[in-house]
Amino acid sequence: MLEIKNLSVAVEGKEILHNVNLTVNTGETHVLFGPNGSGKTTLLMTIMGFPKYRVTKGTIAFKGTDITHASVDERARLGIGLSFQRPPVVRGVKTRDMVFAALKEKDKPEMVDTLAKDTNLEEFLDRDINYGFSGGEIKRSELMQLLAQRPDLVLLDEPESGVDLENIALIGRLINELLEKGSKIRVRSSMGLIITHTGHILDYVHARNGYIMLDGSISCMGDPHEILAEIKEKGYEECARCVFRSARYVT
Amino acid sequence: MSRSIKPAENYKEKARTAATKKATMGEDIDLTSYTRSAEEHPYQKDPSKLPRVTKNQMLSAGIMLDDPTQRTGTFIQIDNTPIHSSVKQDGVEVMPVSEAMKKYDWLGDYYWKAVPVDTDKYTASVELGQNDGYFIRTQPGTKTDFPVQACLYLSKAKLAQNVHNIIIAEENSELHIITGCTTSLGNEPGMHLGVSEFYIKKGAKITFTMIHSWNPEFAVRPRTAAIIEDNGLFLSNYVLMKPVKSLQMNPIARCNGENATARFNSILVALPESNMDVGSRVFLNGKGARTEIISRAITTGGHITARGYIEGNAPEVKGHLECRGLILDNRGTIHAIPELKGTLAGIDLYHEAAIGKIAEEEVEYLMARGLTRDEATATIVRGFLHVDIEGLPPMLNQELQRAVKVSEQDFM
Repeated sequence: MLEIKNLSVAVEGKEILHNVNLTVNTGETHVLFGPNGSGKTTLLMTIMGFPKYRVTKGTIAFKGTDITHASVDERARLGIGLSFQRPPVVRGVKTRDMVFAALKEKDKPEMVDTLAKDTNLEEFLDRDINYGFSGGEIKRSELMQLLAQRPDLVLLDEPESGVDLENIALIGRLINELLEKGSKIRVRSSMGLIITHTGHILDYVHARNGYIMLDGSISCMGDPHEILAEIKEKGYEECARCVFRSARYVT
Repeated sequence: MSRSIKPAENYKEKARTAATKKATMGEDIDLTSYTRSAEEHPYQKDPSKLPRVTKNQMLSAGIMLDDPTQRTGTFIQIDNTPIHSSVKQDGVEVMPVSEAMKKYDWLGDYYWKAVPVDTDKYTASVELGQNDGYFIRTQPGTKTDFPVQACLYLSKAKLAQNVHNIIIAEENSELHIITGCTTSLGNEPGMHLGVSEFYIKKGAKITFTMIHSWNPEFAVRPRTAAIIEDNGLFLSNYVLMKPVKSLQMNPIARCNGENATARFNSILVALPESNMDVGSRVFLNGKGARTEIISRAITTGGHITARGYIEGNAPEVKGHLECRGLILDNRGTIHAIPELKGTLAGIDLYHEAAIGKIAEEEVEYLMARGLTRDEATATIVRGFLHVDIEGLPPMLNQELQRAVKVSEQDFM
């Protein structure tokens, strides 16, 4: 279980997230909506533990352990995995090296080639990681690394952006594999928290809860499909007015 | 053109005029503080019988003596004495240059023809103090099955080793060389002066992988030049990741033939107190000639000057120069000096140079996959030093990567 309580986060001295509360139970997938700059990526980066995102208040607990001040690698080893929206190019470090570095089962190095095949990235294994990759290739490469890592909590930042229609089904299938959606809910150990702009991913991934993030706070919670329909119909401006009226404010 | 080596006397005279001529780059080394004489070493028919400690030292510079199956030929010189030369393939010659001079009167056509004898006091010293060197040649059309290995080894303290090497790939031949220069002297001073002249004939190819492994008291002044004819290729890889007091070299490739190609790759790691000034110069003189100069420099406290110079003097030439530096310790400095010169329209030369530290974003990216900070940093440094070398046979590439990996342990 991921449990975020009263979380406030500052970046370069400026508070971005205010008093966020969020719980993802084991086996569940939740979805974050919200306009650009509302703090969605900040929340994911904070959960992953990047030092640039400074927790000023509140706690993050994962599997019952307080990880508020744990390092990125400690969190990764504890079972948190992030698909980066814009991962850096690391010259000289091959995609193969990255997948192997992430690989949970180090005694099965052949998994690297299998995963590359599954993600249609066989030709990319011996290329520098992210160097010259298209948007869609980056998404698949990130998912390939996560499939090697097998995290219990999967954090996905806009997994469908930049992906062409041909590959969106593949991305959906890979995410489902990561989230063990093929398994019965009671045996699922994985959790997911997904940022989506378009909501396309909801066609492929069954998500339990949806949230709208506005100005660094979670303002709505509900069925993700309903929330998406509302956003499509009325836009985030109406969400803001709704929050202002405090009609469905969630703390 | 001369058909005899006799004019060597003229070279001696010319050398004497340059005996005190300072080099244009690098700190000036006082040659009088070194000796030129060393005792003779016995010839070794089977170099695998050399002492284990010697073989290990040679292995650190890529010279394999225990398993000769992976080598086409071997040349070893200790101090001033060639102690072994052998070759297993027809059409390939490996011998001391002194022997080649006796055997071939035409060697005068190559002797001091690529590197002028009066370049500086170091070339002059090699002519005046000449302590042999190697001659390696492939006959027309011959392709070496495995690389030829050559080792220049210093065991006497304060010796200045003066070697003169001549390497010729005749038309349409292919010659792979791995050369290791190293010393058994732990922390005692010594000096290595090496002149190497390469001749790559029409359609021929030479790959030359040089690994240096010195000590913190060594001064090193290699002087290298290559002349490349039509459709010839010269590929030079240089690795120096061990301490050295002072190293300066700036090899030249003259792509004189049409579509002649030269590629230089350098991997440099300067530990504290190390001083290195390493460049490569390519003159694109033939139509359609091409070059690529790539250097990777890391300092953990030493000083590196990474130079590169490309001159385009013929139509349709192309050149690319890339210097990248990584500073891992505040005591270190890297000075990248990329230079391009074009003398006519229609040429295509460009360079890129970057010096920096390891990007925190990259470290965190790897940490997010579960690597510790130290593991992530080491992976990035290893990646930085990894250069994809086009045209190098896979086996040599693996050996090069292995040499890099072994040396990594010294600074990571």
